[in-house]
Amino acid sequence: MKQLEYGALASRANQIKEELRKSVIQSGVRRHYKEVIDVSWGDSHRAGVKPLTFVRQVLAACVYPPLINSNNLPLDVRQRAQKQLGTCAGGSVGSYTETAGVSEIIHSISEFIKRRDGGIPSQPENIYISAGSQWSIGNILHVLVNSEASPKTGVLIPVPCHITTAVSITGLGAVTVPYYLSEEQAWALQVEELQRALESAKGVCNPVALYVINPGNPTGYVQSRKSVQEVIRFASEKGLFLLVDEVYQDSVYGENSEFVSYKRALSEMGPPFSGTVELASFHSVSKGFLGECGLRSGYVELVNLDPAVMNYIQTLFSKDSSSPVLGQIALDLMTDPPKPGDPSYPLYNQVGTLELYLLRTSQHYVAIHKVVENLPGLSCPPIGGGFYAFVRLHLTPKSIQKSKELGLQPDTFYCMKLLEEGGVLTTPGCEYGQKEGTYHIRYNTQIEYSDLRKMLLSIHLTVAVMDTRV
Amino acid sequence: VSSGDTHRAVLKPVSFLRQVLAVCVYPELLEDKSLPLDVKIRAQKLLEACDGGSVGSYTASSGLSHVRQSIAEFITKRDGIPSFAENIFICAGSQRAIMIAVKLLASGEGTTRTGVLIPAPCPHTLYPLLDEADVVLVPYQLMEEKGWAVELDKLHQALQANRRNCEPRAIYISNPGNPTGHVQDRKSIEEVIQFAAAERLILLVDEVYQDSVYGKDREFISYKKVLFEMDKEYAETVELVSFHSLSSACVGECGMRAGYMEVVNMDPEVMYYFDNTLCGDISTPVTGQLALDLMVIPPQPGDPSYDTYIQETLFTLATLSHNAKRVQEFLNKLPGVSCQPAMGGIYLFPRLHLPCGIKEQAKVGNVPKNDVLYCQKLLEEEGVLAGAGQYGGITDSCHLR
Repeated sequence: MKQLEYGALASRANQIKEELRKSVIQSGVRRHYKEVIDVSWGDSHRAGVKPLTFVRQVLAACVYPPLINSNNLPLDVRQRAQKQLGTCAGGSVGSYTETAGVSEIIHSISEFIKRRDGGIPSQPENIYISAGSQWSIGNILHVLVNSEASPKTGVLIPVPCHITTAVSITGLGAVTVPYYLSEEQAWALQVEELQRALESAKGVCNPVALYVINPGNPTGYVQSRKSVQEVIRFASEKGLFLLVDEVYQDSVYGENSEFVSYKRALSEMGPPFSGTVELASFHSVSKGFLGECGLRSGYVELVNLDPAVMNYIQTLFSKDSSSPVLGQIALDLMTDPPKPGDPSYPLYNQVGTLELYLLRTSQHYVAIHKVVENLPGLSCPPIGGGFYAFVRLHLTPKSIQKSKELGLQPDTFYCMKLLEEGGVLTTPGCEYGQKEGTYHIRYNTQIEYSDLRKMLLSIHLTVAVMDTRV
Repeated sequence: VSSGDTHRAVLKPVSFLRQVLAVCVYPELLEDKSLPLDVKIRAQKLLEACDGGSVGSYTASSGLSHVRQSIAEFITKRDGIPSFAENIFICAGSQRAIMIAVKLLASGEGTTRTGVLIPAPCPHTLYPLLDEADVVLVPYQLMEEKGWAVELDKLHQALQANRRNCEPRAIYISNPGNPTGHVQDRKSIEEVIQFAAAERLILLVDEVYQDSVYGKDREFISYKKVLFEMDKEYAETVELVSFHSLSSACVGECGMRAGYMEVVNMDPEVMYYFDNTLCGDISTPVTGQLALDLMVIPPQPGDPSYDTYIQETLFTLATLSHNAKRVQEFLNKLPGVSCQPAMGGIYLFPRLHLPCGIKEQAKVGNVPKNDVLYCQKLLEEEGVLAGAGQYGGITDSCHLR
């Protein structure tokens, strides 16, 4: 069990929160802030973003059906709730559903995928709903990984990469084969590096799959169509199964950045690729403008898998009882939102549409980038999308030395200082993997604008303090 | 009628629970005049326990500490014995919790593989679950003639027969029994505990149907309570993990996916792993966790919602009890069918004395076993989906669930 650096930071943050709550002033310590800003998780609601009204109204009516008769809720909300309950056994969100999920909802998802990919059809039988993308990834890994094999099964993963996937892989008895994203190129994925990684696996493990996350976490890199096709070609040549995590697909805001799904790119490449490359793509309600991490819902779309394997996947998914019904309904609302003309559309459009959401995030991104680029000791490439900024720390030898003396990783030490002096909780780059001798921090950029300004100010202060005190 | 899904079978959810959850999902409902005051107060309290005041935020992997505390209070009140939040772990259902507990136990290869004693019959979801954990299943026969009671002889028999092909380390038991409906009395529970102590087995006790005991002269006593009321040599040493979930009879919120386990007398270093194994599993929905809180701390006498709550709960229990009795009597009158009375839970487990013809048919070719064949015919000809008692026993007998 790997000890997470973040664990120590999180505990300390809780202590400080308690102190602030009780207005206890530790002797000799004066805090410049009244609350801790937590931007360490990819959790929008925790960061203060409000949930979408339409989504919550429909869910509430599904939970407590008498609300369907209430005039306080818009007509389309009530109709939608009724429709959803009609697809639930016994008309209740408390019943189990079919293994793969409610079939009407799967149908909505396949329509959504088709619309998103410019009309390329999506087959409902290739879609499985589960309690979050990580769970789906785990199930597909189960199929790919032979825990008793020797040499062990290998899965290529990017560096940096969020830890959950690595943990799932090693937990099943497989090994991770890291490929380094190129920081100088704004964290681009380079095929030569994939090649090198594959070479390094020779004699060590048997690589069967390539995991990609696009838009990236923590990097925010958004692959171009060309880049996606290169990766597909590579996977095809080397016989690798593509695991594509696309949960941040709704968060693309960089200039000249555009999300192209792997499925779409694959389909547009035509035969032989389009009919042979095996692909699993993942999405969930946890990110994007829904941000409903706590509802636990996501889906996987499987492409070009052998029917016998699909059978087995059906069995595998059926071992877990169906995923939470409220989460499934949220998926439906995400993939089939209010349309112009619907009573809920104006509010939804105002608060929840892609454009506005993107405008907000791009404002943030521009603001962050400006501040960061102007601070000594920090740098950050342009961010194409995603939820985070992965900022490079150019630490002085003195601060690196000091952190070593304290037994901490240098970036963890920086995060500690940022927490103590600035009241901001972030995660250190060592948690995600990084090139030897480089240091980073990651923070969630999905916070409200006023909090963002506070946060940037804190970072500014900390850097100033780090330079002088240490 | 094959799954343990009461809402599908059209039993109503608990109004209080659904009202509070609706408010938690859409807090604007706090202004709704039609909702009772206690619903609003409770919802407010629960929202405060959630990060960002939203059911859409992640929670700690072992569950919201507020809910764990509520569960500890519920158990303390139920058993009269203190229970602590740090020993309680919330999971996306009791099945998931059982799997985690077993995975932590599982080790060895070949003849040293961990063995887990399981009852025959056992819950239909248990086999595939334990299969995945890679343990050896050691079935012990429950006594049908005695209403599916647990018999010490059978426990010993099972152990003896399997000592050489595995390392038995745990015993699973459900009380009230699933699918048998048997409710153990104190003496029976003590016997099982003593057996577990003597054979150094960890007790895995599934108590999901604890809220639905309707048999005469029977009441639910938790394994933990019995254990702590025994001598110190047992009370302080026997390791016990007990499970409960929203899929209970009176609440029946299977689709919300939440349950918990309470871990007792476990080494602190092992406890660390319970907490950490759950890290890779951040999948208990917040709405489910809140529903758990509402299940264990329902409206109290004097609260505005109390009357409705009591009415609904009593109605569910009365329905279960009434149906169980009627169905059992009816089945016993049918030729070729016999059925033990159930004392609790939501299932009946009748035995089918099938004519030889079917048995032969079942043996020919690729046709599945007797009870599966019967269920297929029942479905095709009468449109009734029942569960096959496939894992009904070590013997050749045939049952339905």
